[in-house]
Amino acid sequence: MQERLLEVRNLKKHFNTKKGLLHAVDGVNFFINKGETLGLVGESGCGKSTTGRVVLRLLEATDGEIIFEGKDILQFNKQQLREMRKEMQIVFQDPFASLNPRMSLSEIIAEPLVVNKVFSDKLEMQKRVKELMDTVGIAERLTNAYPHELDGGRRQRIGIARALALNPKFIVQDEPVSALDVSIQAQILNLMDDLQDEFGLTYLFISHDLSVVKHVSDRIAVMYLGKIVELSDYNSMFKNPLHPYTQALLSAIPVPRIDIKRERILLEGDVPSPINPPEGCRFYGRCQYRQEICRQKTPELRDMGNEKYVACHFTGDLRPASE
Amino acid sequence: MSKIKTSNNQEEVKAVSKKKRSPWVEVWRRLRQNKSAMFGLAIIGLLVFCAIFADLIAPYGIDDQDLRARFITPSRDYLFGTDNFGRDILSRIIYGSRVSLQVGFIAVGISALTGGALGAIAGFYGGRLDNVIMRFVDILLAIPGILLAISIVSALGPGLQNVMIAVGIGSIPSYARIVRASVLSLRDQEFVEAAKAVGANDFRIISKHIIPNSMAPIIVQATLGVAGAILSAAGLSFIGLGIQPPTPEWGSMLSSGRQYLRDYWHIATFPGLAIMITIFALNLLGDGLRDALDPRLKS
Repeated sequence: MQERLLEVRNLKKHFNTKKGLLHAVDGVNFFINKGETLGLVGESGCGKSTTGRVVLRLLEATDGEIIFEGKDILQFNKQQLREMRKEMQIVFQDPFASLNPRMSLSEIIAEPLVVNKVFSDKLEMQKRVKELMDTVGIAERLTNAYPHELDGGRRQRIGIARALALNPKFIVQDEPVSALDVSIQAQILNLMDDLQDEFGLTYLFISHDLSVVKHVSDRIAVMYLGKIVELSDYNSMFKNPLHPYTQALLSAIPVPRIDIKRERILLEGDVPSPINPPEGCRFYGRCQYRQEICRQKTPELRDMGNEKYVACHFTGDLRPASE
Repeated sequence: MSKIKTSNNQEEVKAVSKKKRSPWVEVWRRLRQNKSAMFGLAIIGLLVFCAIFADLIAPYGIDDQDLRARFITPSRDYLFGTDNFGRDILSRIIYGSRVSLQVGFIAVGISALTGGALGAIAGFYGGRLDNVIMRFVDILLAIPGILLAISIVSALGPGLQNVMIAVGIGSIPSYARIVRASVLSLRDQEFVEAAKAVGANDFRIISKHIIPNSMAPIIVQATLGVAGAILSAAGLSFIGLGIQPPTPEWGSMLSSGRQYLRDYWHIATFPGLAIMITIFALNLLGDGLRDALDPRLKS
């Protein structure tokens, strides 16, 4: 078995809102092996970005365990947390909002080094910044430029360089390409792929774009309303989706061939509110296979063999609802 | 993982100079194009110059009384005329710029620093602390500024220092609110989160990320605030609560000229003009800064 770098157990994040308790992340379980990429997909508002932030303790979890290299990081004190921050980094969605407009590019890339007092010698730090800029493919003459002088793709490269500065083992990619043009998306994805090979990085790749996730991920987790409904490796997810939600989701990927007619599964209704959600399966209201038990009992993630996990009472035995 | 083919001929960023071009340089470039702001800046520059070199510029001393030369209307010897003690009004106005600028800048310094710190803390930490601070600010806000200044001065007693404190406290609320508002919008920005993710502490986040980005509205408010502070101080002096004679302060000069207004117009007019022109210049500069700092107006 491969070595597990990160394991998340029964992770919960609830927010107090005026209307009630918002269950953004509600009992999520997954693990990531060393050197692989776990894609986390789901529609907007399903809690995937919150999951990414809770894993890095940018948000405090309500409940659960996050085991990183054998230790539960939720129990870490301030000092341990600082050490942990060197190992786990994040690349943000919006390259325009994630760079401080008042800092030059070299200052932005150097910030992690300054904060953690990595270098006592200024020249050596500059050397490291240059090296990082070179790694992500930013010309050296841009050292003193400011973020507003760059396009989206280059800004995202700076964001990646900042994340790499401390030589982390694990990077959360929070929709890193969704704000970019398609051609630039490909460049950034290739860059991340190269970096993964070069530095042996492990990624949690959060995205709502199935084709992007399909391209980068070794394994994929599908999230729906704060819960993971299906988790499996890349091949079996796309060939043989077991959860009704995954099936509907995958049927929505356009096929660029005129002679193939897709059968789309159209979902009825809207995503229910994550505020005070009722017992039972989260997908109940929209599922075409729903039965009485789905309303009463919340399905847990079940191991279907071959590292495939599905949260459905009727996995492999779906029959249309009788109503 | 398969590679997506990409064309590697990335277009070069057009003409990015190697020189460090910070956003502030950009602001200065835009400010320079604004003629009225530059006019205001020139007047303020002149005023600062007068204040620093008052001893060299002023034709007479502050308190040089010449009882043979009382109530002289503007002439070659006395450009702005003389007052009831035969003191040269031009010289007193030049010396008075020291007092006015001191009051203006120090009072704004007091209010911007306290108000800014209060607002930053309230906005950054939120919750109960925010509530306590902002309710205190609301209480200050509920009392009319000049009334507050009058009560503080009458409690502390008149004098330059107390006037600065009184005027400064009166404008704390506006700074607190401005800073709090921009901190609130910056606090959830991704670059703040990124700083948190690399382990930066609150102090670094506030001082390196939040304050530099919330400077623009504070600078505008402070420039206009200097004008307001000078005016309030002059007002306090006018009603006898501020700087006491014989210190040459524009407001108190205006006040003492009031009794002779019917026969000798120049005694009250020139200090009044000095106040007016200073405020006008500061307002022009403040407006210009607001335009220059607004990224939406980038040309």
